[in-house]
Amino acid sequence: MEKLPRWADLILIPAINLLIAFAISALVILAIGEDPVNAIRLMVSGALGSAYGWGYTLYYATNFIFTGLAVAVAFHASQFNIGGEGQATLGGLGVALVCLALPWPHWTLALLAASLGAALFGAAWAAIPAWLQAKRGSHIVITTIMFNFIGASLLNYILVNIMRPVGSMDPATARFPAGAKLPSLHDIPGLGLIFGKSTPANVTLFIALAACVAVWALIWHTRLGYQIRAFGKSEAAARYAGINPVKIIMVAMLISGALSGMMAINNVMGESERLVLNAVEGAGFIGIAVALMGRNHPFGVFLAAILFGFLYQGGAELALETAIPRELITVIQALVILFTGALDNMVRRPVERAFLRAGKEAQ
Amino acid sequence: MMDFPTLIQILDSTVRLGVPLLLACLAGLYSERAGVFDIGLEGKMLMAAFFSGAIAAVTGSAWLGLLAGIAGSMSLAVVHGLAAITFRGNQLISGVAVNFLASGFTVLIAQSWFHEGGRTPALMSGGRFGPIILPGAEALREVPVLGPIYYELLSGHSILVYVAFACVPLTWWVLFRTRFGLRLRAVGENPAAVDTAGVSVVRLRYSAIAIAGLLCGLAGTYLAISLSAGFGKEMTGGRGFIALAALIFAKWRPVPALGATMLFGFLEAIANRYQNIDLGIVVLPVQFMQALPYILTVIILAGFVGKAIPPRAGGEPYVKER
Repeated sequence: MEKLPRWADLILIPAINLLIAFAISALVILAIGEDPVNAIRLMVSGALGSAYGWGYTLYYATNFIFTGLAVAVAFHASQFNIGGEGQATLGGLGVALVCLALPWPHWTLALLAASLGAALFGAAWAAIPAWLQAKRGSHIVITTIMFNFIGASLLNYILVNIMRPVGSMDPATARFPAGAKLPSLHDIPGLGLIFGKSTPANVTLFIALAACVAVWALIWHTRLGYQIRAFGKSEAAARYAGINPVKIIMVAMLISGALSGMMAINNVMGESERLVLNAVEGAGFIGIAVALMGRNHPFGVFLAAILFGFLYQGGAELALETAIPRELITVIQALVILFTGALDNMVRRPVERAFLRAGKEAQ
Repeated sequence: MMDFPTLIQILDSTVRLGVPLLLACLAGLYSERAGVFDIGLEGKMLMAAFFSGAIAAVTGSAWLGLLAGIAGSMSLAVVHGLAAITFRGNQLISGVAVNFLASGFTVLIAQSWFHEGGRTPALMSGGRFGPIILPGAEALREVPVLGPIYYELLSGHSILVYVAFACVPLTWWVLFRTRFGLRLRAVGENPAAVDTAGVSVVRLRYSAIAIAGLLCGLAGTYLAISLSAGFGKEMTGGRGFIALAALIFAKWRPVPALGATMLFGFLEAIANRYQNIDLGIVVLPVQFMQALPYILTVIILAGFVGKAIPPRAGGEPYVKER
C-alpha cells in the first residue's frame, strides 16, 4: 500500500479523530439533557473570553506541556511511561525541599535550584522502572503504574509524618519563603495589562516553551535523539547498528521523568507555594492524551496542551454555570485517547483506501 | 499481639476485601492468557459498580443490578475489543482510555440521574445481596475455635463471594482441561499456530475479553451492592490495578491468583485496622502497608524472587498472513 501524503498523516487523520471524539462528547452532553452548543459557548467564554480565563488556561497548559513532552520522549524510544503522575508527585517533593532549604534571596536563583530539584526527583522516580525494563525486562507500563501508587503513599507518609509543620493538622508542608515566589504573568512588564492579578499562570510557562524547543532539538538534531528514534523504530536494527539498548532506555526514561518532575515548578512553586497531597491532580495522565494528540512532536504537544488547558478551564466554568460536572472533561480526555490512540486505525484504513483509489483514478 | 476473635475478624475482612480483587484478577487472567493486555480492569469494575448501584436503586432488585453491572462492564469490554482486536490498536492505550471513560462517565450519569453529587441513592436491603447463612452455622456458633471460623469466616457472605471462590477451580478446569482453554492459552502464546489450525484468533480473543467483562462486572457489582450500599465516585480506588498486580504475582495462574488476591486483601484489612504496626525493631507506617502490594509486585516483576513471564504474544495485535 502506498504511503499517505504527509499532510494527511499529520493533519487530516488527527483532525478526523478529534472530530469524532468531540462529536461523541456532544452526544454525551445531549444525553444528560444539556445543550452542547451552549456548553461550547460557555467553555470558550470561560477559558478564552477573559484575561482571567486565559491565565488559568495557560496555567493548566503549562502543566500539560511538561507531562506531554515526558510521554512523547519516552514514546520515541518505544517506552510507554504511564508514571508521569508519580514522577510529578516526586518532582513536587524536590521543589519543596529546595524551596524550604534556604531563605532564597531572589526568585531566579530559587527557580534554577528548584528546577534542578524537580528534574532530579522526577528522574529518580523514573530510574527504577527504567532500570528494571532495561536490565530485567520488567514491563515498564506495569512498573510505572505501581510506582504511581508507591509515590502517592510515600508522599503521604512524608507530608503527614515529616514535613508537616508542628501544630498543623493539614498534611502539607509549610509555606515557601517569599524569596521563592515566582512572578505571575501579571508581574511581567508588558503582560501586566493583559493578565489579571489573581491568575496562577507564571514564568514557568516560558520554561515549558523552552523545554519544547529543547526536546525538538534533542530528538531531531542530536546524535542521542537519532539513537532514541532508531531504537524506538526497531530495537533489533538499532542493536545491530551498535546502539546500546540499556543506555537508550535509561536516558529516554530519565529525561521523561525529569520533564514530568519539572511540572512541579508550575503547580507547587508557582501556584500553591507549598506542597500538598495530590498536587498533580491527574496532569500526569493527561500527558498521555496530549502526546498522542500531538503525534509526539513538541509543537503538536504544545497545541494539544493548550487545547487541554482550554478544556480544563472551560470545564471548570461549565461546572459552575450549568449542571454539567467537571467529569465531562475526563470523558472528553478518554475519548481523545481512544480515538487518536487506540482506534487510530479505524480512521486511517478508510482514509488510506480513499487516497489509493484517488491515486489510481488520477493515473 | 492479636487475640483469636480479632484474627477471625481480620480474616473475615480479608475475604470481603479480597473477593473483588479475585474476580478482577481472574478477568485479567482470561484476557491476558489470550494475548490481550488489560489495564482497563479498574474502569470496567467502576462501570459495573455504577450500573449495578443505579439499577438496584431504581428497581430495588439486586439481581437486576447484577445484570446491569455486567452489561456496563461488557460495554467497555467491547470498546477494548474493537480497539485491541478489530482495529489492532495499542492495547495499553485502549486500557487507559477505558479507565478514564469509566471514571468520567459514571459520575456524569450519576449526577444527571440522581443529583446526589455523583453517588447513587443508598440501597435498602432488597437492593443488596445479603449474607447467606450456611447450614448449621447458628448451631455451631458456640463451639470453641471451629464455631467462630465456620460462623464468621465461612458463613455469612453474599452469594457473589461464593461465586468468586467457585470461579477459581472453574477457571483452572476451563483453562487446563478443556479444548477452549487450550486454544485460549495457545492464542496468547502463538496466535499464528492457532490460525494455521483453522481456529479463529479474533473469535477466541473476543471470547476471552467477554469473559473478562463478565468477571469485572461481578467484581464491580460486589463492591457497589454487596460490600457497600450503593455506588460512590471512584469507589474502585485502584483495586483494578491491585488485581493486575496480583495477576503478575500469581504468574497468570488461577490457583495462585486466589493466594495473591487474598494476601493483598489481608494487607488491606490490616492497613484498615491498624494505623502503625510495631514489629519491635521497626514501626511500619500505614502508608507502607498500603504500598506493599505494589512494592511486592515490582520485586516479583524484577525477577529476583521467581521470575514472572507473561504470555508471549501479550499486547501484540494479530495480523493474518496474506
